[in-house]
Amino acid sequence: MKFSTRLLFASTALFAAFGVCGCKSSDDSTINIGEVASLSGGTATFGQSSHNGTQMAVDEINAAGGLLGKQIKLITEDDQSKQGEAGTVAKKLISRSKVSALLGEVSSGKSLEMAPIAQTAGVPMISPASTNPKVTEAGDYVFRICFIDPFQGTVMSKFAISKGWKKVAILTDTKQDYSVGLTQFFKKHFTENQGTITGEQSYGSGDKDFKAQLTAIKAGAPDAIFASGYYNEVALIAVQARELGITVPFLGGDGWDSPSLTEVGGKAMEGCFFSNHFSNEDASPVIQNFVKAYEAKHGAKPDAMAALGYDSAKILFDAMKRAGTTEGKALRDAIAATKDFPGITGSITLDEKRNANKPAVILTIKDGKVAYTETITP
Amino acid sequence: MKRYTTQIVLLVVVLLSLGISVLSGKFDAYYMDIALNVGINIILAVSLNLVNGHTGQFSLGHAAFMAVGAYGASIFTLEMSARLMPMLGGPGVFATGFAFLLALLVGGLCAAVCGWLVGMPSLRLRGDYLAIVTLGFNEIVRVILQNTSGDGVFGGPLGLKGIPPLTTFFWVFAIAAICVYVVGSMVSSTYGRGFPAVRDDEIAAGSMGINTVRYKVTAFVVGSFFAGLSGGLYAHLRTTISPEGFNFLKSFDVVVIVILGGMGSTAGVIIAAIVLTVLNEFLRDFEQYRMLVFSILLIVMMIVRPQGLLPSFPILNRKKSA
Repeated sequence: MKFSTRLLFASTALFAAFGVCGCKSSDDSTINIGEVASLSGGTATFGQSSHNGTQMAVDEINAAGGLLGKQIKLITEDDQSKQGEAGTVAKKLISRSKVSALLGEVSSGKSLEMAPIAQTAGVPMISPASTNPKVTEAGDYVFRICFIDPFQGTVMSKFAISKGWKKVAILTDTKQDYSVGLTQFFKKHFTENQGTITGEQSYGSGDKDFKAQLTAIKAGAPDAIFASGYYNEVALIAVQARELGITVPFLGGDGWDSPSLTEVGGKAMEGCFFSNHFSNEDASPVIQNFVKAYEAKHGAKPDAMAALGYDSAKILFDAMKRAGTTEGKALRDAIAATKDFPGITGSITLDEKRNANKPAVILTIKDGKVAYTETITP
Repeated sequence: MKRYTTQIVLLVVVLLSLGISVLSGKFDAYYMDIALNVGINIILAVSLNLVNGHTGQFSLGHAAFMAVGAYGASIFTLEMSARLMPMLGGPGVFATGFAFLLALLVGGLCAAVCGWLVGMPSLRLRGDYLAIVTLGFNEIVRVILQNTSGDGVFGGPLGLKGIPPLTTFFWVFAIAAICVYVVGSMVSSTYGRGFPAVRDDEIAAGSMGINTVRYKVTAFVVGSFFAGLSGGLYAHLRTTISPEGFNFLKSFDVVVIVILGGMGSTAGVIIAAIVLTVLNEFLRDFEQYRMLVFSILLIVMMIVRPQGLLPSFPILNRKKSA
């Protein structure tokens, strides 16, 4: 005990000491931007993609002579996809690296950790892909450049109406906030526009048998079925629906975006539609140039996260240029004033709730592959 | 005078942490954050050491007790604090502090009750079986929290957010000092000789008249209580918590600290908590190789010093000299 208490003494003194010293002054010749990404751990693929996209945007602007007469320095910190880490590294980036702005995180949970820290420090933060509505509620320094969950429900309703479908049945995963949100907004928009909901059924993540729900849905003879859950269950639902003789297409959101959808669903998924942030098959020249540049550098086609990472950095640079400074408050106001920014993921306008008002792309499954169909503006 | 050395040191550490806490605005926020993480890890490791090290019960569910404490304390703060304020005479420093202390205690007690509920039936098991039971308990807690409604008090898979940042240097290190003091006093008391007895040979201890189950449950409940306190501190430091952060990997992190520090050695475990937490931050310069370097260091350290940084002799020495 004696030894251990003496030790605690020493360690406390040690921390007091290294709290005081070691104040590195920041280099004035560059603009420091912090990025928090999950480069390792459970959601590593998301973090790596968004980091590649962000890095590409930084390299481009530096090659073009930088910003405000300075070069941009991107300081990336890995949060290992672990709870608690995102908060620590956000503090590190702000207090040690003196960053002017923060980019990240992809996952809503981690962005929620960073948001109060950025808000308190007065450092603007832009999340590339956190779709949960709660993220930007943390304060007026927190922005996002992707659409939020409820918006996708509205988009799919618009799409169904444009296809001339008047009767739609709904299948919701009641264990997922995401699915419930999508359903709620789909229903609202669809019924307001003279659509009829022929039946509403629910299930929980992890369920394997959906025949009872599907039989009930079949009785209503819908033109399409809105399945707002994730790809694992949706693929099974589609297979079982075809077995029951239901031939109408399924509709869904970006939770469908996984190779497993077609691997498990196979032929059953043919002709179904879902909304997403971006399609690398979009023929527009801006997107194709980005796809080519990304492929040349990373040897793979960019996914939605890469495109969103790229756009988040681009929007930040655009705001810095307009503000003419990297000072927190002015930069925040400039980001908030972003209007009709021509991004890879569509034309982006930030609304008063600091959420992006932007188009979604509709993808379809054709010959076992995901293909671009059209872009729907809000 | 000499009899009270430990108590005096405890008081000095508490006062010192209060002093540093008052000055915390002058320190770098990032370093302060690491220091607080170190403190929280010390509490976690020292409390787990009571179970795993001193009593020899291999528990893999420490993160579950931390989660119970974190949720208990956060929900108390979010739901009750505002109502308590008028009773405590308005939102001053002391009223806020008192409400926070209450929240931490609520979290700690919830965790202790869980520790008792899990411990009573499962501590009749030994070794590997207990490890599996506690691991299972850890996952059960996480899954239950994850499947709650997003609008309910537990916040579903996204967890709780907007928890006020009440955790300061004072709270973390005062509780760490108390934790070290309590665990240290327990195992070095006459009654506490039963803990290593249970660890070293349960059958022999039992035949000597030691109530082994009672010792094990005591260790488990006290360990869970402090894990709950650390959870409350963690929640009020991070301001957001989610079930995913308390998965079994978090439990393993604590087990690694205990094994590296030396099972049953309080001083060793404290050093390991400091070294591993600081190392984790300083290795950030290695970027993607960080976890690789970290793992290699662990392997090397285990080969070179399998008994841990400091084996458990200091306590024995004290007993002899006393």
